[in-house]
Amino acid sequence: MNNSDVKILIVDDEQIVRDSLTHWFEEDGYQVSSAADAFDVLYNLEPGKYDIMLVDIKMPKMSGLELLEKVKEIDPECIVIIITAYASVPSAVQALKNGAFDYVTKPIDPDELSHLIKNAIKQKSLKKENIAMKTSIDEMFSFEGLIGESPEMKKVFELIKIVAPQDTTVMIRGESGTGKELIARAIHMNSPRRYYPIIPVNCGAFTETLLESELFGHEKGAFTGAQYRRKGKIEMANGGTLFLDEVGSVSPKMQVELLRVLETKQFTRVGGNEIVKVDFRLISATNENLEKLVEEGKFREDLYYRLNVFTIYVPPLRERRSDIPILANYFVQKFARQMNKPPLKISDEAMEILLNHHWPGNVRELENAIERAMVVGKPPEIKPSDLPFLIEKNNITISDSLEAVEKNHIQKVLNKYEWNISKAAAALEIDRVTLYNKIKKYGLKKN
Amino acid sequence: MPKAAVLLINFNATSLIPIIEKKLYQNFNLQMHQFIPNIDLTEIYSEVRDQYYSTKLLEYSLKYYNDYDKILSLTDFDLFVPVLTFVFGEAQLNGKAAVVSAHRLYPEFYGLPQNEELFLSRLIKEINHELGHTYGLRHCQNFECVMHSSSNVDEIDIKSENFCDRCKEKII
Repeated sequence: MNNSDVKILIVDDEQIVRDSLTHWFEEDGYQVSSAADAFDVLYNLEPGKYDIMLVDIKMPKMSGLELLEKVKEIDPECIVIIITAYASVPSAVQALKNGAFDYVTKPIDPDELSHLIKNAIKQKSLKKENIAMKTSIDEMFSFEGLIGESPEMKKVFELIKIVAPQDTTVMIRGESGTGKELIARAIHMNSPRRYYPIIPVNCGAFTETLLESELFGHEKGAFTGAQYRRKGKIEMANGGTLFLDEVGSVSPKMQVELLRVLETKQFTRVGGNEIVKVDFRLISATNENLEKLVEEGKFREDLYYRLNVFTIYVPPLRERRSDIPILANYFVQKFARQMNKPPLKISDEAMEILLNHHWPGNVRELENAIERAMVVGKPPEIKPSDLPFLIEKNNITISDSLEAVEKNHIQKVLNKYEWNISKAAAALEIDRVTLYNKIKKYGLKKN
Repeated sequence: MPKAAVLLINFNATSLIPIIEKKLYQNFNLQMHQFIPNIDLTEIYSEVRDQYYSTKLLEYSLKYYNDYDKILSLTDFDLFVPVLTFVFGEAQLNGKAAVVSAHRLYPEFYGLPQNEELFLSRLIKEINHELGHTYGLRHCQNFECVMHSSSNVDEIDIKSENFCDRCKEKII
């Protein structure tokens, strides 16, 4: 903040004090005004009108303490500095408890006043920066990377909106590559914990002992190579969100440890005795059938119920084909920016292939396909030959027999019309009975 | 050439006056006229604080020397304004009158040995600073500029006695 942007109000019943301080602050280039009593101030006070108020504690009609309370009600961000005589120091201390920034005793040491005002401005600037940053964080990350207009994805967005503000434990289920981590991040970024970190841990990527150290941290000397004390992911997530991906792959021993920390919100580091208290929200994700694992005794039932409080199911890409064009174009724009080249148009033929592909790797596979196409594709558009899976299939799998071609074509058309038999039959220019017979003959199934 | 009345009110470092005269000419193109006024200061003296009220001193100087373009009062008295414990000086922003107290510029005030060079440097800085206000200059963010705010003597020592280019432009 420049001095000329700072609005200071001096409230004192003594004209001489008002004049001296006004003169002092004017020399510093601040916008200064003054008032002789509290009613003058409150008459037309509104949020943001003043940045800093210097208020004499002893005034007729209404005391500085009362004024402080009322100012804080109208404009909580206004910084109030109390001016007091030595005899009134206890009242000034009370003022601090009521939200005053600081107090100065009359006569004021110029050096002290100068520092006080500088500190007040610093605090005000930090608050303003903080608000601006929070706003930009909110704008930037609310649903970053989560794209989809299909009814299935709209339902997911609805669930995120419902659960995000609560502190509920969430389990995200869906196939690999459907964007479970993005959903976890969206929940975190729309929760009250968003100004704290979200700490992701891929449980499937560690052995049991490594995962233990990764989650709980370790003390110096806890094991060979532990030269320093290290914070674990749980400790790092304090205040924020812990995201446990591939939670189905956690070993039985670690399941017990995890359950304990979820129930007590405290733990000890590996090799340590100190109890560390933590406060975090848990979001977990899995692509495994946890119910089956519970039945088989591979996953603890009590942990299952702890994790599975609110479930969000992310549909695979093949179940929301209407999102493919939007996602594909989003990735084209993304990679164009990253590669610093103009975005390519996706040709109708290439889009047709994208729409009919089975997408076992889901959105991640689509993203990789577009990245490759952006690398090999030539302007102005992405052609079918730029898509990786088409090359593989052309070379390896598709037979030249008429039956194979027919089967493949019917499957594509059915997928395109999301297995709406009437629409698919109309597109194939055959009747519905014939289509049913063909489906039966080729053993076609809805993906 | 504009004229400046320099009033010496219980100011003992008179040996420095020729240097001050030269600086007033160099920095402000002011022709100095020196006075030792015989004015009664009892009314502006605070017995409790053992200090003189600087704003009133400015008023006195304006009352008797208003014919001059600028009026600079120099004094060894310690100065105050009621809300502050002390001031090094005071000036009318965009006006005529300025006052500088040498009281807290002497190293001896801080229990240090006499140092005329340091004292002169501080005095010139304060004169330039307060007169700068009479030319409409506010405190400058440039920490080397003489118009940078200083609320203790260390801050006076840090800055230079010169105006930064932006401030100088306004004086011209």
